[in-house]
Amino acid sequence: MSVLLEAQGLCVDYLGGERSVRACAEVDLTLRRGEILGIAGESGSGKSTLITALTQLQRPPAAITAGRILLHRDDADGGGTVDLTAADEKRLRALRWREMSIVLQSAMDALNPVMRLSAQFADVLREHRRGITKEAVAARTAELLGMVGIPAERSGAYPHEMSGGMRQRATIALALACDPALVVMDEPTTAVDVVMQRQIMKQILGLRRRLGFAVVFVTHDLSLLLELADRIAIMYAGRIVEIGAARAIHDAPQHPYTRGLRDSFPPLHAPLSVLHGIPGTPPDPADPPPGCAFHPRCDRRLDACDRRLPRLGPVADGRGLAACLLHEHPEEAPVS
Amino acid sequence: MSSGTRRRAIAFARRLRFYVIAAWSAVTLNFLIPRLMPGDPAQAVVQQLEVKNGQNLPPQTVEAIRKLLGGVHENIAVQYWHYLGNLFTGNLGISTGNFPTRVTTLIGTALPWTMLLMGVSTVLAFLIGTGIGALCGWRPGTRTDSVLSPLSTFLAAVPYFWVALFALWLFAFRLGWFPLAGGHDPDADPSSPRYWLSVLHYGLLPALTIVFSSCGGWLLGMRNMTLTTTGEDFVLLARAKGLSNTRVLFRYAARNAMLPQLTGFALALGAIIAGSVLTETVFTYPGVGSLLKQAIDNRDYPLMQGILLFTTLAVLVANFLADSVYVLVDPRTRAQGGDAS
Repeated sequence: MSVLLEAQGLCVDYLGGERSVRACAEVDLTLRRGEILGIAGESGSGKSTLITALTQLQRPPAAITAGRILLHRDDADGGGTVDLTAADEKRLRALRWREMSIVLQSAMDALNPVMRLSAQFADVLREHRRGITKEAVAARTAELLGMVGIPAERSGAYPHEMSGGMRQRATIALALACDPALVVMDEPTTAVDVVMQRQIMKQILGLRRRLGFAVVFVTHDLSLLLELADRIAIMYAGRIVEIGAARAIHDAPQHPYTRGLRDSFPPLHAPLSVLHGIPGTPPDPADPPPGCAFHPRCDRRLDACDRRLPRLGPVADGRGLAACLLHEHPEEAPVS
Repeated sequence: MSSGTRRRAIAFARRLRFYVIAAWSAVTLNFLIPRLMPGDPAQAVVQQLEVKNGQNLPPQTVEAIRKLLGGVHENIAVQYWHYLGNLFTGNLGISTGNFPTRVTTLIGTALPWTMLLMGVSTVLAFLIGTGIGALCGWRPGTRTDSVLSPLSTFLAAVPYFWVALFALWLFAFRLGWFPLAGGHDPDADPSSPRYWLSVLHYGLLPALTIVFSSCGGWLLGMRNMTLTTTGEDFVLLARAKGLSNTRVLFRYAARNAMLPQLTGFALALGAIIAGSVLTETVFTYPGVGSLLKQAIDNRDYPLMQGILLFTTLAVLVANFLADSVYVLVDPRTRAQGGDAS
């Protein structure tokens, strides 16, 4: 599969005069076409900042201070590679929704409360397909709503007239309006109940199979990603600490933080067992600890961990990448 | 759909009922308050005439005046009944200060002036303030915003009468650009274009002072609402959709930020008559505000009562309009009793 999106050395800072806060540090990511990449991390780990940067929706005081985001366009769409961080607003506007769309966490807030659902579909369809007829807009809206199981006659409803689950499915349908190559999803199932969560996950997988878009799915719920994602990236204090195939992350987490995160969630199909959380709290992004940001909470800490910043590199068995000194100097690992 | 229309009609009728009750209370209070005060309208006329003539009036004359003005000898219920009947036939009594002109005639002559001056300047202040406010809130921290927003706080804090007096002194008295008093050129024929030009010329300075003083409030309100709305997820999503900046601003950010402004606007329209007193007194403008001041000076109770009634009804009508318009522009307020599934 060809590469769709690449982030290279991406840094996002919240600028505040002398005290800028780095929310994303030197993030490297590669997303292939049609792939579902999950990004997991605790609150404040920089995952939401990362996806607003990937979609170029960051607002002041957030700013990209280093790195590139390369979007490789399909030959059918004109081909070529665009560096999103260097593109001007006009260029970006042409790419928005056609190449990359977004589903936000709370559908209640993501839909304009004073516009009918149909109008919120119509304006984006008109924007990207000039001269589209009224009938074509209505037909496309009905088709999109049908994909997520909303009857077409509901398109005349206002957001407050729909249930939470229906609103969230409507925003997913909206994200697919212009056949994007990438759909970025920021915790789209957090605000709905478990039953609706399952239904939405099934729909995302089904639609991905049918339409072939890639997904960057951000959540704090690692167990959700294990079922949905092809690959998973784990973020901690603004850095990706491990990235690998979903199965590998689950079966053999390489970074102590990933292991802690995995062990904090109850498995769905397993006998009850005692869960282990991660002691301590996430670091203050304005004042991260020296060396590896996780070392104060790490149970497998080495002497050098508070001095040396581990690089994201291949792990011993070649399955994925991890940023941990355990893998840079396996011989130093304490006997566990 | 028909059940929705029915529900809306019921909601409308319920609102209308409330306003009818409110109007009735206002009318009744308007009837009671002057009667609770010592003295009566006839006494005021008698006193005026006595002062004017320098001698006491003969008792027959006093009795005649009492009869003329609707005496107070009748039972209060009968009076109330007559009062209501007079209201419905548009009879607000006779002005004692401008005897024997009818109150309705006086108000009818003054009202167009007030509507023109106050109405136009209130609308202008709203449009200018809201427009600039939306731009300031959309791009906070730009040079326009960092100058205009503190300036409007300052303007909102300066008392209106001071602005009006200063403008009158500077532009009319010192510079002579505008006339000192009045609503039109007294020498012009009312059907000539010269008359209408003079109306514009006479009204411009008072109108400008109102716009100057009140548009800061609209600006600040709209700026802050736009700023809040711009932080909402649906505006972020609109940007992510690749919509043009103007479209995001007008259809998403300012569109939603406008809602509280509209309520304020309707209420400001209702307060036009009450707010006209200061302006029209300073600029000696021939509107309802001047008339009210004159009525108070002359202890002209029927006229006062008539103007107060108009003021109250104007506020009620404006409130009703605000309620009705709000239902049209914000679908969420229609949800009463609707199902949310």
